[in-house]
Amino acid sequence: MTKIIVDDKEIDVPAEYTLLQACEEAGAEIPRFCFHERLSIAGNCRMCLIEVKGGPPKPAASCAMAVRDLRPGPNGEPPQVFTNTPMVKKAREGVMEFLLINHPLDCPICDQGGECDLQDQAMGYGIDTSRYHENKRAVEDKYIGPLVKTSMNRCIHCTRCVRFTAEVAGTGDMGATGRGEDMEITTYLETAMTSELQGNIADLCPVGALLPKPQNFRARPWEMQKTEGIDVMDALGSNIRIDTRGREVMRILPRVNDAVNEEWISDKTRQIVDGLKTQRLDRPYVRESGKLRAASWQEAFAVVASKVKASSPEKIGAIAGDLATVEEMFSLKLLMDKLGSKNIDCRQDGTKLDPRNGRASYLFNSTIAGIDEADCLLIVGSNPRKEAPVLNARIRKRWLKGSFMIGVIGEKSDLTYEYQYMGAGAETLTSSATKPPEGAKKPMLVIGQGALVRADGAALLAAAAKVSRAAGGADGWNGFNVLHTAASRVGGLDIGFVPGEGGLDVAAMAKGGVDILFNLGADEIEIAPGAFVVYLGTHGDKGAHRADVILPGAAYTEKSGTYVNMEGRVQMSPRAAFPPGDAREDWAILRALSGVLGQALPFDSLMQLRKALYEAVPHMARVDRIEAGDVTDIAKLAAAGGAPTSAPFKNAIEDFYLTNPIARASAVMAECSALANGRMQQAAE
Amino acid sequence: MTVRRLAQKQPESFDFTPENKVWCEREIAKYPKGRQASAVIPLLWKAQAQHQYWLPQRAIEKVGQMLGMPYIRVLEIATFYSMFNLEPVGKHFIQMCGTTPCMLRGSNDIKAVLEKRIGEQRHVSADGKFAWLEVECLGACCNAPMVQINDDYYEDLTPENFNKLLDDLAEGKPVKKGSQIGRTSSEPEPGKANALNDATLYDGSVVGSWQQRFAEARAAEKEAAEKAAAEKAAAAAAEKK
Repeated sequence: MTKIIVDDKEIDVPAEYTLLQACEEAGAEIPRFCFHERLSIAGNCRMCLIEVKGGPPKPAASCAMAVRDLRPGPNGEPPQVFTNTPMVKKAREGVMEFLLINHPLDCPICDQGGECDLQDQAMGYGIDTSRYHENKRAVEDKYIGPLVKTSMNRCIHCTRCVRFTAEVAGTGDMGATGRGEDMEITTYLETAMTSELQGNIADLCPVGALLPKPQNFRARPWEMQKTEGIDVMDALGSNIRIDTRGREVMRILPRVNDAVNEEWISDKTRQIVDGLKTQRLDRPYVRESGKLRAASWQEAFAVVASKVKASSPEKIGAIAGDLATVEEMFSLKLLMDKLGSKNIDCRQDGTKLDPRNGRASYLFNSTIAGIDEADCLLIVGSNPRKEAPVLNARIRKRWLKGSFMIGVIGEKSDLTYEYQYMGAGAETLTSSATKPPEGAKKPMLVIGQGALVRADGAALLAAAAKVSRAAGGADGWNGFNVLHTAASRVGGLDIGFVPGEGGLDVAAMAKGGVDILFNLGADEIEIAPGAFVVYLGTHGDKGAHRADVILPGAAYTEKSGTYVNMEGRVQMSPRAAFPPGDAREDWAILRALSGVLGQALPFDSLMQLRKALYEAVPHMARVDRIEAGDVTDIAKLAAAGGAPTSAPFKNAIEDFYLTNPIARASAVMAECSALANGRMQQAAE
Repeated sequence: MTVRRLAQKQPESFDFTPENKVWCEREIAKYPKGRQASAVIPLLWKAQAQHQYWLPQRAIEKVGQMLGMPYIRVLEIATFYSMFNLEPVGKHFIQMCGTTPCMLRGSNDIKAVLEKRIGEQRHVSADGKFAWLEVECLGACCNAPMVQINDDYYEDLTPENFNKLLDDLAEGKPVKKGSQIGRTSSEPEPGKANALNDATLYDGSVVGSWQQRFAEARAAEKEAAEKAAAEKAAAAAAEKK
């Protein structure tokens, strides 16, 4: 720790801190454009100038100078810097004047208006007139993909976007061509960006040069209601901010949570917004002579009740989909209990994870933040880039720090970091090649759904546990990790939404093992003809097409719910908007249906439901915390054994952009998907 | 400088010749593992030399593939340095120095020749043989004015010998590189080989002659002061009388 005096206030900071960080520590606000906490330092905007006593007689860029670079005073006093002297103010005003020379005065028609760093800082350091009489620089707008609109006249060349794609996303899409006044920010010959995190560059852009294209000219930031929610597009549970205007969700932005998504969200998380509005189920439907007909709630419930009455408990089943909240799965489980059925399953992809093996057997035990500490990683049957892009960026971040060996067993793909390709299937997993490098204290193994959904998934899970056990690791380190793809999965497994003793699993139910099937938003499963399907969901997707009765539910932005992410972190998301038409929150529909079925559930409000849930599963009450799995579960799992087949692993997600009904309803995602497929075809040729 | 873009008309493909490939491999091997990108400028330079002194899109991509760099990183470099030509430059690409020493020694005349014979800058002449560009100092000031044609310097130019040089190049005749008036690098002109023995160089009449100005000024000042003092003394004496 080093002492430094900032504006006559002495503070103690680590020597490697930049002056900017030290000033912030001392409570001084430093304006900046190019500096960003999570990117490398460029030092090219010069807005963060401060005065250094005893330094050169010119202002210093505080972002690019470290505390340890400063010399002490003549009598050994701590170095002194100033952030509010006339010299500093004049210097920053000079920088601002230069920045504004070529910046168009189009704030009234700029979408960034109201949340623009340049606008805000011009209020502090700008002057009200221009001394510049020459023509302004004009730059052609570039096409850089379907998610980000460019307006390059506004660009101030901070290069945040270039550094983001090069460092965090790892695709190196953006670059700065030309030099001096002719410098231009662009992708290679205006091709679309290839990263799954590209939307973040619009957030990073301190001016209105890069803006989210789908939200073009839609709303002003001050008109929108901000709700802090949780994302369900993957199992990461990214923290998001849902901006709504009236009943409409306008946009989704990331929230900072260093333990989960840092500051990034994937493109799917950000841009499925239009999918929330299209293809929605807004009233109940009943199938009559092969055709779906709009009906009232009473009619729909009556049809279901008559069917249930005519059936027997062992012929009733329930499947929960990938986007369900813990509350509604808990309600459905209670209802099935009351009906006397043991046929429930939340694993529509058929993954062989089972809560009976203990909680550690299905969690991302090392935690997401734990990736930063890990010293080697083995990825089995997974493509984290598609299954959880933000998590993949975290792996890349660890890889960039160096001395991080990564091995991959499964499909070869571009993960944005270098890895050692070890093999395609189980025989590599069970061989000695999986031994981590000598001296590894925190080895990680990540097994994906690609391996676990196979018929021999249980044997593979055991084999992976064995590898993870053999790799050892420091005390308190659990290196066994399951990478989930569904936001509801861990929550479902936590509350035991799996077949009871003698109950049918998802495959048996879908193949016609039951007469009546309650489908809670499972749209990625083929249900054989024959069964009477009650679909409770949001979109007119596969599940609704197969349904005999449709009960319109609420999408994740339209209901308050609990989600458990892949590391076991319980997170709660409040309601940001209202479901369309007659649609209702799912738990309320189930409660109403239970009344009609004569098996009323024991709660009348979400509060009561949660109380019952917390009694049954206490850790659900500990929001934002992780209930760690028991390490001994891994040992037990490893002992289970089994003989995996030699077929090569196939990744769980083929099309990142179209994994759930909301995304499939989104035109923006469809465009992204078409572009990505086009690239894949081109690469194949 | 203006905005630099890739040429509209691009060749279908680009590949290094076998010799150049070997050269490139040697160049890449100079850098430690993981730092291969350091070879990007030599490789682009070679690609340009192989491809009539301009870089097509395919060459940029080829270099990117060879060094494992995203294409945009290579494009950034190709557009940053003006030594990389992104458009065809004819058979003989003339870079004319217009910086102060050359300008003082008559580069404006050279420029007039170029404008007359070839036309505007950055345009290939109708016969496809020439293109020219005014550049900043090429570091041959003692032989100013000068131009660089492809890889070689042509110095001590006058409109006459420069016109002849261009004629010879156009006809494919052999030309003399370096000084066009027979100097060896920047030694004195032929026939003036004894210039350094010239006595006037050392007697202060030529070199350092400007310093005489100060001596003269000082003498004049002294004289004036003496004159003023004498006048004052005379006036005082007259008053006494």
